[in-house]
Amino acid sequence: MTPPLPGRGHALHLLTQMLRVRRFEERCAELYSAGRIRGFLHLYIGEEAVATGALRALTPDDALLCTYREHGHALIRGVPMDRVMAEMFGKQEGCSRGRGGSMHLFDAAHRLYGGNAIVAGHLPLAVGMALGDRMAGRERVTTVFFGEGAVAEGEFHESMNLAALWKLPVVFACENNGYAMGTALERSESQTSLTAKAASYGMPAVSIDGMDVLAVERDFRHIVDAVRATGSPAFVELKTYRFRAHSMFDAELYRDRDEVELWKKRDPIATFLARMVDAGVLGAQDLERVEAKVQEELAAAVAFAEAGTWEPVEELTKDVYTEAGR
Amino acid sequence: MSEVTYREAVRMALREAMTNDPRVFLMGEDVGRYGGSYACSMGLLEEFGEDRIRDTPLSESGFTGAGIGAALVGMRPIVEIMTVNFSLLALDQIVNNAATLRHMSGGQVSVPVVIRMSTGAGKQLAAQHSHSWEGFYAHVPGLKVVSPATVVDARGMLLAALEDPDPVVIFEHSGLYNSKGEMPDPPPKVDLSTARIAREGTDVTLITHGGCLQRTLDAATALAERGVSAEVIDLRVLRPLDWDTVLASVARTHRAVVVDEGWKSWGFSAEVSARIAEDGFWTLDAPVRRVAGVEVPIPYPQHLEQASIPRTPQIVEAALQAVGRG
Repeated sequence: MTPPLPGRGHALHLLTQMLRVRRFEERCAELYSAGRIRGFLHLYIGEEAVATGALRALTPDDALLCTYREHGHALIRGVPMDRVMAEMFGKQEGCSRGRGGSMHLFDAAHRLYGGNAIVAGHLPLAVGMALGDRMAGRERVTTVFFGEGAVAEGEFHESMNLAALWKLPVVFACENNGYAMGTALERSESQTSLTAKAASYGMPAVSIDGMDVLAVERDFRHIVDAVRATGSPAFVELKTYRFRAHSMFDAELYRDRDEVELWKKRDPIATFLARMVDAGVLGAQDLERVEAKVQEELAAAVAFAEAGTWEPVEELTKDVYTEAGR
Repeated sequence: MSEVTYREAVRMALREAMTNDPRVFLMGEDVGRYGGSYACSMGLLEEFGEDRIRDTPLSESGFTGAGIGAALVGMRPIVEIMTVNFSLLALDQIVNNAATLRHMSGGQVSVPVVIRMSTGAGKQLAAQHSHSWEGFYAHVPGLKVVSPATVVDARGMLLAALEDPDPVVIFEHSGLYNSKGEMPDPPPKVDLSTARIAREGTDVTLITHGGCLQRTLDAATALAERGVSAEVIDLRVLRPLDWDTVLASVARTHRAVVVDEGWKSWGFSAEVSARIAEDGFWTLDAPVRRVAGVEVPIPYPQHLEQASIPRTPQIVEAALQAVGRG
């Protein structure tokens, strides 16, 4: 069933969030080429509807754990763009004080626990956070995002089993973009139905069109509400596609250009905008206004990052331990 | 003052911690109904209930990660890993998460988890239950690693570890659980920062920890009968290691022998020897000697198992060589 049309303010919000992520990452790619951002850079371009729609269901007190493709989640969660950009640069004004970089965006105030770069390695953490909340009598939901590649890892299965066995309020949110780096799902899984795998652990498992921000918003909220109400876990597959390469070092030999072009026709921002304009919720001039606002925020973020400072090398071993170790 | 076993000392600490701090809970394989594979938690399930004495599936990575996650939200979990070799299945969580989260997040989060495991050879458990990975874990910045050798430390270090804001890995040598020692009344608090001179001496310093301490003290007794006064250092804390105490002792005796059950090559004893050579070279009158594990997976037959780990006669021989009487 098609989700009902959003109001104008709601539609503007969704458009703005998706565009903030898109333009932020496009600028990151340029800054990467210019040598301002180094290391790995994994872009979320094409997948913006997922984080934009899904995070609407989380309360500020809910915990969020993500993969290394998490710039969008951080921005939508509310981590200020300037602090995210400073982190991309490695400056100490960054949201992880520059120590993490693109793959390790943290913000405890927004309850964002990474930016985790071991595939499936953060799933047990999510289970434990939900366990700790349960034992302390806090009614929070913990949401953990991971790619479909993670379902091949043992830690995925260990975590699904623990969360189901102990009835913990965890939302396992699988962003299925079809490729674990360069390996297609059907080349790595004997059972390619991810919901069938998840259902075997005795938890609700649903699949959502991750290119439709309204569908994501509506269906993800159902799941989060159910997890909050029952205190038990659920699994959500969000079918999506990344338009860019896996990272900046990827020649994309493993997929057809036609396939990429086909998915690009389902661009979550363009399709959403077209629908909203068709339905008369938004006007053509709205895009310009949103774009201008986003560009302004982005320019300020880049300026903030450029003006940021390098942590003194004398502080090299800081934060290895809570107090300076010997 | 009363005589208790090492096992009882661990149980005392578990009971005290659980009683005094509602954030503390124990989880691991067979810690509950079975009573713990080395019976450390026998009786605690009845006393504290299933929520806090939590039996886990055979998912070392899953439940160790869950302990780390629970620590992230303010709990004080004690994760029991049945035996040292099984901890390799949880290595991702311990090394990639527990040791890094504080640093990667720029100091925003702490991981006050305690991970206990039995270690070492001597029970004819062969090559997958008998190894010594203390040196490996002590290699990792972000972890604290302790090796209690006495009943006072078996109790006190577990309590001190629970008060520590950072992840602490506790190695309990499987050969020690039945050993007995005097527990003062009231039992003393101990630190997680200093080495202890277990026996004073003037001719040679024997440096050891954990399961090798008694064999080393026996060697010191045998050496005294031959007119050699050996000082014995119980390192207690392997990371951060109390180099001041080690180097001060070597500066007095001018000779050092390092005793450790781990394999000699690239091992814990290699690091201790190297540090003495680096920072104490001009105080030495003889090369540093090592009595360490032979380069073989631990064999099953008793005579071969014993031949693969440090024994008292070898320690005596190494000390005699160090004082020029070998």
